[in-house]
Amino acid sequence: MIETIIQNLINALQWGSFYALIALGYTMVYGVLTLINFAHGDVFMVGAYIAFFVATFILTVLGLPGWIALALTIPVTMILTSMVGVSLERIAYRPLRRKGAHRLYVVITALMCGLILEHANLAILGASRKAFPSLIVEHVYTVGGVSFTNLKIAVIVTAILSFFILQWIVTQTKVGMAMRAISYDKFAVPLMGIPIDSIIVITFALGSSFAGLAGLLFAMSYPVLEPYMGALIGWKAFIAAVVGGIGDIRGAFLGGFLLGAVEILVVAVFPSTYRDLIAFTVLLIILSLKPTGLFGIAKTTKI
Amino acid sequence: MRKTPVKSILQRYSVHFILVVLGAGITYLAYQEAIGLYVLSVLMFMGVNIILSTSLNLVNGNMGEFSCGHAGFMCVGAYVASILGVLLFAKDKIFGVPLLSPDLAVYCFPFIIIAGGIAAAFAGLLVALPSYKTRGDYLAIITIAANYIIISLIENLGAIGGSRGFMGMKKVVNAMNDVVDLPWMVIWVFIFTVFTVWILRRYNSSTFGKGVSAICQDEVAAEIMSVDTNKVKTITFMLSSGLAGIAGGLFAYIIGYVNPGSFNILKSTEVMVMVYLGGMASLSGAVMSAIFFTILLELLRPLQIIKWVIIPLVLIIVMQFRPEGIMGNRELSDIFPKLKRFYRFK
Amino acid sequence: MMADTMKKKDAPVLEICNMTQKFGGLTALSDFNITLGSKTMAGLIGPNGAGKTTVFNLVSGFYQPTQGQIRIGGCPTAGLKPHKVTALGVARTFQNIRLWNQMSVLDNIRVAQHGKLGYSFFQAILRTDHYCEREEQIKKEAYELLSVFDLEKYANEFPTNLPYGLQRKLEIVRALSEKPKLLLLDEPAAGLNSVDVQELIRLVRWIFETFDVTIWMIEHHMDVMMELCDEIKVIDFGQTIAEGSAEYVRNHPAVITAYLGDDNL
Repeated sequence: MIETIIQNLINALQWGSFYALIALGYTMVYGVLTLINFAHGDVFMVGAYIAFFVATFILTVLGLPGWIALALTIPVTMILTSMVGVSLERIAYRPLRRKGAHRLYVVITALMCGLILEHANLAILGASRKAFPSLIVEHVYTVGGVSFTNLKIAVIVTAILSFFILQWIVTQTKVGMAMRAISYDKFAVPLMGIPIDSIIVITFALGSSFAGLAGLLFAMSYPVLEPYMGALIGWKAFIAAVVGGIGDIRGAFLGGFLLGAVEILVVAVFPSTYRDLIAFTVLLIILSLKPTGLFGIAKTTKI
Repeated sequence: MRKTPVKSILQRYSVHFILVVLGAGITYLAYQEAIGLYVLSVLMFMGVNIILSTSLNLVNGNMGEFSCGHAGFMCVGAYVASILGVLLFAKDKIFGVPLLSPDLAVYCFPFIIIAGGIAAAFAGLLVALPSYKTRGDYLAIITIAANYIIISLIENLGAIGGSRGFMGMKKVVNAMNDVVDLPWMVIWVFIFTVFTVWILRRYNSSTFGKGVSAICQDEVAAEIMSVDTNKVKTITFMLSSGLAGIAGGLFAYIIGYVNPGSFNILKSTEVMVMVYLGGMASLSGAVMSAIFFTILLELLRPLQIIKWVIIPLVLIIVMQFRPEGIMGNRELSDIFPKLKRFYRFK
Repeated sequence: MMADTMKKKDAPVLEICNMTQKFGGLTALSDFNITLGSKTMAGLIGPNGAGKTTVFNLVSGFYQPTQGQIRIGGCPTAGLKPHKVTALGVARTFQNIRLWNQMSVLDNIRVAQHGKLGYSFFQAILRTDHYCEREEQIKKEAYELLSVFDLEKYANEFPTNLPYGLQRKLEIVRALSEKPKLLLLDEPAAGLNSVDVQELIRLVRWIFETFDVTIWMIEHHMDVMMELCDEIKVIDFGQTIAEGSAEYVRNHPAVITAYLGDDNL
């Protein structure tokens, strides 16, 4: 009994790690721009594909061993994916922002960017699924009836590390302080001499690079890639971010792990087709009880 | 005071007149098979899309909420109307012999569609009730969750086909044709489309409906200035989702087959695109963009998958040049004030 | 039954007993009492952050008091939503103008009649005779009210296109269109120049004389208060520190301390 619980807990942590890493990007962009970047799920998908190409290139063309390939793939993927995120910002969102378009139009543009990423991928690479090459040898460890792989542990550890790094960036560094300042008052910040556009670019770069990292880890754990893989997981990660309290990094992580836990729990008890139904119902109930999410602060209306 | 009565009557009823001629014309041409089945189906989808975009416009445009789960309510309407129709009027593997004589289908069809709409209106409570406390992005999430919940609920209902879908609606349509041989679907889609725009116009121009825009612009002021915001929100969400349900019912009978997968978030996105392309809070904008979008979708059909690269691209470009949508929040009659004289369609 | 209606008839327009409001650990208002009879004009002043707007928010039902009772025309308002409180006969304006800016001036007045539409959603859709009558009546009354205040030429303008002074005026007109027994004015002179302030004083006095309404206002312009109010209440940090006539309040030592600081420090 206790083994099953721990086993499920590990699975939940791993599954939640992906949500958490993606939710991060949503939450950071939202915190700074109050923009729901609906293309983020697809940035995650692009990240997985970038990782696929980089890893395949290093393994086959350069012929380097797996662990060097992994060590190279991680930074290259993160940098390339962050470039995708930043170019979305530059090409699609910034001009609209400059024109002072309604916030929801920017959101729709984000949705459209997501669709373009998905279908351009489909058009260029075709519908066939890509098999991700194995970079490291997977070991299965069994401790007291609980089995886990080194990969699972790596995913969880990476997610937790990322959390601390980002939390540090947001709370301790100058850039982080500027990010938080923008989320409080977009109009006062430029007057204080903070270059608002660079901060926004950094936010997008950070968010997207962690989506790229999530893409790489996801591809290593579930080595089948297809263009629609980002859509559903992206929507869910967004929901996780909102449940945690969008705009707050702790919220994104907690929400991600919570969603992972709920899904794994549902699958453990009910048929797996009930997963979405019950997971979403639970989230709906949480949001009904705590409308601004777990860490969200209710905006008080001043009259 | 009044001008010559004949002229004023002409002006007053000109829109009614045009609509009747248009409806009769399309029906006649369809009956004579002068319009191909393909064009006919495009026209019918246009009607369905008009219903969808105008009804979502009520929530996303007029009320300023961000509902991304419109397809969920469409799904409820589609399933309820389909099951009711098949249960009552068609022989089916699941439900066996029809409960009523198939001859009655022709009379009961509108009620079946409206029943679907009513069911969808109640599903709309799923979003309306949380909206008392929540606004904006948090409500957006609730609508997405509602969409997913509805779809996965139906996927898990094996009795009505689950994720494989549900069919048999063609038999009902055939039963209608057996009694009176008319292109019934064309007629009903046309009538329900006009009905939707008519209802929404009346709603928006009433003092009661103006409360919706008041909530959008300043909810606190609205509540303090005697608007029962919860009631207005409930009615608005129910109206919007109910109309989506009607669109779903029609959609199901046009295609003759429904499955939960066709009402996913992508479908909701499509509807949202139509609303924002037309311009928020503009009824005529929503109608026009639905027409435009349907045509665009059909024109690009030969491109297959690239279609879904080009359409978003077109939209992004449109938004760069007209960030407020084609119509902004204006109506056709604001741009061409002369139309107002003829625009008594209320 | 009879006694009950009698009681309500004689009840003061507004009666607040021992009202306390806490936000978390902060006591924004403590032990506030006031009774306003019909046809009175009262003022509420205090330094910034004293809790004046909180009082108005409590009276209009936007907050529920932590303790104490508010009665409007004898009816307790505990647990009522703001629109229900408005239906009891309270209307207010806001410190920062809160008009519906993308709606015409006429529609701004029309929406304020939401509480007494008298028709249902289905009647609106079906355009029954009753609905048409009501709509006509609402429009007619709105036009009448606008023309009384000389705003009818702006009926189809958006409020944002009006000069600031007229926006303030429109907000007062919108509140009056509710036919309130109690009109709460939250800093009506804020942002107005001295000419407009004189105009406002005349307007408020005219409203007070013409309509059967009790006016309670928050204002920083002392001259406005001196001109208009029979009775002024001063609060600071949520505590009532003085009440009485304008002259009395102006010379009250606690008030001077609250506004200008303590000499002895």
